[in-house]
Amino acid sequence: MEAAALYVATMLTLAGIYAALAVGLNLQWGLTGLMNFGGLGFVAVGAYTSAILTAGESAQHLGGFGWPWWAAWPLAAAAGALLALPIGAISLRLRADYLAIATLGVAEILRLAVRNEDWLTGGPLGVPGIPRPFEAFGQPWGQLAYLALVAAMVAALFALAQATAHSPFGRTLRAIRDDEEAAKAAGKNPAAFRLQAFVLGAACMGLAGAMLAHFFKFMGPDALDPVTTTFLVWVMLIAGGSGNNFGAVLGAVAVWAVWAATDWLAAQLPGELATRAAYVRLFLIGLALQLILLYRPQGLIGERPPRPPA
Amino acid sequence: MSTQTGAAPPPALEVQGLTKRFGGFVALDGVSLAVPEGSITGLIGPNGAGKSTLFATVAGFLPPGGGRVLLRGRDVTGAPPWRLHAAGLVRTFQIPRPFARLTVAENLAVAAPGQEGERLPLPWFARGRIREQERALRRRAMQVLERLDLAAHADRPASALSGGQKKLLEIGRALMSGADLILLDEPAAGVNRTLLRAIAETIARLNREDGITFLVIEHDLDLVAELCEPVHCMAEGRVIASGRMAEVRADPAVAEAYLGMALLPDAAP
Repeated sequence: MEAAALYVATMLTLAGIYAALAVGLNLQWGLTGLMNFGGLGFVAVGAYTSAILTAGESAQHLGGFGWPWWAAWPLAAAAGALLALPIGAISLRLRADYLAIATLGVAEILRLAVRNEDWLTGGPLGVPGIPRPFEAFGQPWGQLAYLALVAAMVAALFALAQATAHSPFGRTLRAIRDDEEAAKAAGKNPAAFRLQAFVLGAACMGLAGAMLAHFFKFMGPDALDPVTTTFLVWVMLIAGGSGNNFGAVLGAVAVWAVWAATDWLAAQLPGELATRAAYVRLFLIGLALQLILLYRPQGLIGERPPRPPA
Repeated sequence: MSTQTGAAPPPALEVQGLTKRFGGFVALDGVSLAVPEGSITGLIGPNGAGKSTLFATVAGFLPPGGGRVLLRGRDVTGAPPWRLHAAGLVRTFQIPRPFARLTVAENLAVAAPGQEGERLPLPWFARGRIREQERALRRRAMQVLERLDLAAHADRPASALSGGQKKLLEIGRALMSGADLILLDEPAAGVNRTLLRAIAETIARLNREDGITFLVIEHDLDLVAELCEPVHCMAEGRVIASGRMAEVRADPAVAEAYLGMALLPDAAP
């Protein structure tokens, strides 16, 4: 019973963290049309920022600051935003695909940097001993309390994303996404608006990274995989409904459920088949994405025009 | 700085020796023209004359190679489109460019200047005030849509409009900007006679009642003759004639520019 509760809490916590990532990506892609293929980079800076600020003293990495999580998490979000600022300032003036290239590149650079800058990140050994909030509550209450904290964070991000999407600011983002030249003719400076959306989405990803690090209680280079940290989030957003915050959250939960279930199924296979099944799973996720794009490009719940002000 | 002396007000728009090259191709070869305040000025000329390039360069969409653009005597050469929008100069596009996934009313609302709700973090914290402004904006958008006979489509996505209605939407967005100088790029191209009449009357009325100055690119010369004075004719990146439509039409250089184009297809056996 307790094991089942812990399993469900683990799955839901991870689904919540993915929901935060999907909401961030929806601000960038769904609302603004920014192709960010470097989600991992923003998650990484958020995760390591919070890890280093909160973990105990260690000769293995920079640290020993002993900050509480509630002080470190805003800085993790700020770190994500801070990383987005120069990338956006440089590449958002260029054609849309340059952002995709730039973010992909920066994410790979960061992945190599955290693996090699031992003094800062502990290199391949990573940062262990990251305190998980509410652990003093014991099991399973501590983990359930952490799930509640993640849920509260997701709810806050969701409310912020909704307020953004339904504001004149969000309307201008959608206009720029639909036609940049026409948006200029309508008096908008596309680069300035895009930068704000990009930074905002990156802050969500930085916070998601912090939540991930404190959940794992460890952060190392192998905890961050482009497939699960960047591209799975894209699948979630597209499956759920790009341009719709509800779609982003729904897609995160639904795709995460499928991903976790197939992981469990694959593990039941004997020996070498289990290893191979992991790759089949990747292939199937790719195939599913193709099918969604072909037959239901709007996702489960697509973008809806907002109700006009009464 | 004003180039005018004495009490005469400067023209709404004055273009002086504007040049624009694309590689070896000279699209604008020292264009000079004036758009008098309160006028509906016509801009005609065969395809490829540089009319749309002139619009794009004047409205800040393309950096000029040389020359000056004066908005009511103020040098705005090379200013970005959003600055010019704020200064009261907007353009429309020859092929309509609606925000496809926005509703018709949203398409108009976007174009309103000085929206507080666009400045983060105001939309998060001043929600009541923003909602009030949004209601006012909606009312204004509906008024503009009424004038353009698009009110029934206000809450449909702009992508659902017909070609002619998208042309009207372009004009609607320009009106929402509150601009007093609007550059219209072929407002009547590809629309049926009835809609063409409606568009012509709308332009004339906006000019008469709201005092909006227009610079209009148009290929329908009868429409230009009816609406526009003065008229400038461009060919090969230069203004070859200016004046009243009757004078421009009678100009041998204009006839040659148009005839040269018209004869080309027949030259082949």
